[in-house]
Amino acid sequence: MSETFAFNDVFEARAQTIIARYPEGRQQSAVIPLLDLAQRQAGGWLPTEVIEFVAGYLGMPRIRVLEVASFYSMFNLEPVGEHFVQLCRTTPCWLRGSDDLRAAAKDVTGCGLGETSEDGKFTVVEVECLGACCNAPMVQINDEYYEDLTPESFKAVLESLKRGETPDAGSRTGRSGSEPEGGLTTLTTEGA
Amino acid sequence: MLRDEDRIFKNLYGRDDWGLDGARKRGIWDNTKALLELGREKLVDEVKASGLRGRGGAGFPTGVKWSFMPPEERRDGRPHYLVVNADESEPGTCKDREILRYDPHTLVEGCLVGGFAMGANAAYIYVRGEFFSEASNLQVAIDEAYEAGLIGKNACGSGWDFDVYLHRGAGAYICGEETALLESLEGKKGQPRLKPPFPAACGLYGCPTTVNNVETVAVVPTILRRGASWFAGFGRENNTGTKIFSISGHVNNPCNVEEEMSIPLKELIEKHAGGVRGGWDNLLAVIPGGSSTPCLSKNICDDILMDFDSLREHNTGLGTAAVIVMDKSTDVVEAIARLSHFYRHESCGQCTPCREGMGWVYRVMTRMVTGDAEIEEIDMLWDVTKQIEGHTICALADGGVWPVQGLIRHFRPELERRITERKAAAGSVPAQAAE
Repeated sequence: MSETFAFNDVFEARAQTIIARYPEGRQQSAVIPLLDLAQRQAGGWLPTEVIEFVAGYLGMPRIRVLEVASFYSMFNLEPVGEHFVQLCRTTPCWLRGSDDLRAAAKDVTGCGLGETSEDGKFTVVEVECLGACCNAPMVQINDEYYEDLTPESFKAVLESLKRGETPDAGSRTGRSGSEPEGGLTTLTTEGA
Repeated sequence: MLRDEDRIFKNLYGRDDWGLDGARKRGIWDNTKALLELGREKLVDEVKASGLRGRGGAGFPTGVKWSFMPPEERRDGRPHYLVVNADESEPGTCKDREILRYDPHTLVEGCLVGGFAMGANAAYIYVRGEFFSEASNLQVAIDEAYEAGLIGKNACGSGWDFDVYLHRGAGAYICGEETALLESLEGKKGQPRLKPPFPAACGLYGCPTTVNNVETVAVVPTILRRGASWFAGFGRENNTGTKIFSISGHVNNPCNVEEEMSIPLKELIEKHAGGVRGGWDNLLAVIPGGSSTPCLSKNICDDILMDFDSLREHNTGLGTAAVIVMDKSTDVVEAIARLSHFYRHESCGQCTPCREGMGWVYRVMTRMVTGDAEIEEIDMLWDVTKQIEGHTICALADGGVWPVQGLIRHFRPELERRITERKAAAGSVPAQAAE
């Protein structure tokens, strides 16, 4: 990463679109979306110079941007692997076996919680509820949710990523959403 | 059971086109102009008459909340804002996600109608950052609506200008608290504001603002089309309408389902979620309305109704209507300790009883899991939760201690058993080895 950071052309255009959503003089509202863009461009985390760039971009004191970057859990203040694996640990996922996914992640990536693999491909962390409780247990990897997991199907996702493939996101048991498995109990009437 | 034609979210499971064409086929955006022609006052009155109560957890009557916004004759030149709370993060709750990704036009249309009813020309939809593909679908829906002239200048040909903006958060449960959400939307840490002033007087950018949950906003156009009395005809008095229930945990088929309010819990679980794993008699406990609501033991679950008043009578709440089911194999103390861990992690750190208290409660709860405690500490834990409750700016700490209170209320013998058995086990080995 270079000493001085600046948005590439695509992100520069997106940043301008985002800032235009807020009233004149309220561009500070864009700080979270812009930190998100910056983190994407910087490789998944926010080095100090990137935070300083966003502060300058929005005309904010650096400390105000740093305190936002450190408050929200989606901003990483340390480097992470190419695939950022977040295991949901909260009660609804735990009731359906999320603990078993930890060992599965370790088997494939070699990473315990909070660790990054030596090849830089994976970082594995545990997070709080990701809001997909009817498809538990689930994990988030970068932007995607993988749901209705078993240790085996989760390992298959990770193996696929390891091979450089892009596994389809979503349910591992073929559900389109959060409908009951084994047959709909509602919304079965044509044209209702 | 609710009939399909009375369900508002007809694409809840994403089996149909979620884009504008599909939405129109399902009746969304059908002559929305006529709804706006009712005028602000009549719109608010209809919503009041429908009995709609907020779907985000607190259950405040929506029409009443809207009526707190300054009326036209008292406008002082400041813009009005509708802010939609799509920061869905309450453990167990995953209903708004389905609206965002599979029926986003219900929400965009609801923003226009609700926004108009409160004199707002703009809505911000604050979506939790982790919902990336959900936010993408919503943005497509917003773009489609602009393109079709449904929002923007002269929305739907009504003469009313209305903008809808998507705003993505970045991971913070506390931003589901309405004033923390406003702080976050202004580009700050999500720490709740002292109230008063309430957002209707001084909200986003110091302007009159109403914050509503996704589901609350999205049901409004259908209520207006079909009439307040149609909606009020479901559920019990003061608990009316249809509602999306999220059923998770130890059921055979976890699912979201839109049902009539006041449906018996047992019927909800057995009809739609395939029943409790191992049968109804294998039920241990249910958290009825998301993680903040105290759990109920099986004997209460046998005949309780799923609505605000019924659950209130049993010292819990409907919350977000997220039903977390636990069968007899569950370590119920660990299940609640996990929630204590959640609240400790999510405390914003602003108020001392919460910042310190959530950590303290979690540490005691970890000892309760193993029984490494004194019997008197159960009462002490209860007392401390009572001292935390009601002594903070927002309700996060209340939501953090209620699950623990529910555990003590219904499972005190289990807590005592663990402590007693651990002591007995320690006493049966040489003292030195026990240390």
